[in-house]
Amino acid sequence: MISGVPLEYLLILATIMFFTGIYGFLTRRNLITILMSLELILNSVNINFVAFNRYLFPGQLEGHFFSLFVIAVAASEAAVAIAIIINIYRRFSTINVEDVSEMKY
Amino acid sequence: MEGSQIMFAIFGIAIIFFSIVTVTSRKILRAAVSLFFVLLSTAGIYFMLNFQFLAAVQLTLYAGGIVVLIIFSILLTSQISHKFEVVELKKKIFSAIASIAGAMLVITTILSFTFKADTAVATEVDMKVIGRTLLNTGENGFILPFEVISVLLVAAMIAAIVVARKSHDEINDINKQ
Repeated sequence: MISGVPLEYLLILATIMFFTGIYGFLTRRNLITILMSLELILNSVNINFVAFNRYLFPGQLEGHFFSLFVIAVAASEAAVAIAIIINIYRRFSTINVEDVSEMKY
Repeated sequence: MEGSQIMFAIFGIAIIFFSIVTVTSRKILRAAVSLFFVLLSTAGIYFMLNFQFLAAVQLTLYAGGIVVLIIFSILLTSQISHKFEVVELKKKIFSAIASIAGAMLVITTILSFTFKADTAVATEVDMKVIGRTLLNTGENGFILPFEVISVLLVAAMIAAIVVARKSHDEINDINKQ
């Protein structure tokens, strides 16, 4: 644990980061910036896992490994999302979500 | 104030400031670069919590891999000098209310609960422990999620290639020209 820093500080930091991501998710209209907000959300959850692991259960490593797996899932999610975004750009010449309303192949 | 508190304050302020820049900046490349700084500061917090391996993974995979991927796709799909139009005031206000109300709710819940920090000696997280735990089939082993994640990564890579490649018609068009 970090000396002099209680667990609450880390949780509040992660909360602020999470809801900043939510705000971006609601206001952004560009697919890539929506993806960036999503990365913020995933990252804040990781901080929570790691902080709980270190402060409440220092003898175990579950939080550590869970955030490793979350990072792996986030990486594959970003790869697939960016492939889809590039495909959408090729088809519609824009990645603004309001102009991409047609799902027909 | 102790040194660790000052370091935590620096990382925390950097995370909050740069995440706000990430979601509000009207230039897309600026948003991507501030996302990079958010991920860097998160790696700093992992280092402070003594999870060196996780911090290294965060640096290489998130700050190195994902941010570069995002910047690449920005260069492929957007004009860098292009500025987003300003978000409608109504949408801005309602989103801000939603996220601030949610944050307040969560923060009051956190503060009303007293966490008892365990002062037991923390386990050292060296590479040997990580490797043995990840590939252990017995108790406290993570072999099943490890294998599932590796299959997921392969599937995601194949899916990304299949989705992003040109279709047959487009390739035929290019060959004809």
